[in-house]
Amino acid sequence: MKYLHEFRDKGLASSLAAELEQLVDGPVRFMEVCGTHTMAVFRHGLRSILPEDLYLISGPGCPVCVTSAGYIDAFINVALIPRVTIATFGDMVRVPGTSGSLAHAGARGARIEVVYSPMDALDLADQRPKDLVVFPAIGFETTAPGVAATILEARRRKRENFTVFSAHKVMPPALDALMSNQRLKIQGLLCPGHVSTIIGAKAYKPLAEQYNLSCVIAGFEPIDILQALILLARQAVESRAEVENAYPRAVSWEGNDRAQGLISKVFEPVDAEWRGMGIIPGSGLALRPEFSEFDALERLDIKIPKAPEPKGCRCGEILIGRCLPPDCSLFAKGCTPLEPIGPCMVSTEGTCAAYYRYGRSFSS
Amino acid sequence: MCLAIPMRVIKIKESADDMSAPQVAIVDTGGIQKEIRLDVVNRLPNIGDYVLVHAGFAIYALDEQEAEINLRLLRDVAEGKLGKR
Ligand code: SF4
Repeated sequence: MKYLHEFRDKGLASSLAAELEQLVDGPVRFMEVCGTHTMAVFRHGLRSILPEDLYLISGPGCPVCVTSAGYIDAFINVALIPRVTIATFGDMVRVPGTSGSLAHAGARGARIEVVYSPMDALDLADQRPKDLVVFPAIGFETTAPGVAATILEARRRKRENFTVFSAHKVMPPALDALMSNQRLKIQGLLCPGHVSTIIGAKAYKPLAEQYNLSCVIAGFEPIDILQALILLARQAVESRAEVENAYPRAVSWEGNDRAQGLISKVFEPVDAEWRGMGIIPGSGLALRPEFSEFDALERLDIKIPKAPEPKGCRCGEILIGRCLPPDCSLFAKGCTPLEPIGPCMVSTEGTCAAYYRYGRSFSS
Repeated sequence: MCLAIPMRVIKIKESADDMSAPQVAIVDTGGIQKEIRLDVVNRLPNIGDYVLVHAGFAIYALDEQEAEINLRLLRDVAEGKLGKR
């Protein structure tokens, strides 16, 4: 397919890898923020062709993984309310809460439906007029505009039994919180491609300036990632810290302003809790009061409970680059994709799942 | 979760009976056709354009020219035509 084949060209990939090898002549640490990048790096076997001195650390860019345990418990509590249907992305179903997951709630009679799009959740509300459909909305700026558009469509259809339980998060405040942590010692960020499609390359300028941090936006094909790493490595060699865009076919400087408009029409920023990072000011999205009839938190008077992290699980530290999956004593022992203990093992783009599937031989 | 896949637009559907209805496109991905929404996309795509699709919504109409320039630059780098900046 166009836009894919060209960016998977093996010959080009190995020339770029050679170029990268030349550029890296001492240890450099970059963080790939996005879980989809983590997965792509493994799936395309890039780890084996990257220079030995280049350390790629996974960041907090897996929406399921950063959703705190309290939210997972709240989703499950809602699922157990009679005449509620939960319509959710597949990744959420098996995430363990304090006692069981949505899948377990389903086994106890809760109505759980997996949907591919928030629009499918709205269609489900059309089909089940006697149920209140609750869509647990997790995701970053990539996902939030579609959810906003779905809420507007629900209003157009006068759907009274459709609600969104927003646990949306936005990336820049979290990256800021992460970078203000001096212990991380990261020279550059491999910035998330599709979050950037929406927010634009300009969103990283403050980070680059304030933390003297190289920020390069990357797509998800092997060539895209290699190119971005070359740009990061060059910045390191030349002691520059700038925003560069290695994914111009899908990302502009300004981003998608129509999508940005949808987000700010329907949502407003709130403080939000991130697994591993605690509460970060302005890093979440709540429905504006004008849309409270679609806000599950309002309609069902939901409080987010305090919940402990799964015992022994180090997801929180993994999400901020402080340790790697093999450092967790449960990794591949008590915790596997079939019997996950933490969210980083459940999500297809969780770092633990990626290591389990592709890289169990890697040590820290 | 933030995965978005490029798909080719083969048809734009407009609702004849409801002018306020949002636009929908039919896209093709490896021979399979799907309906996607155009509420979010940065510009209305033309037939034949590729859009990035995420969770049922087109989030961006891909820029073909950029893709070509990008690839050309990369090939130059790979062939050693461009030195370090
Ligand atoms: S291996 Fe399992 S328990 Fe350990 S950090 Fe990863 S998800 Fe948590």
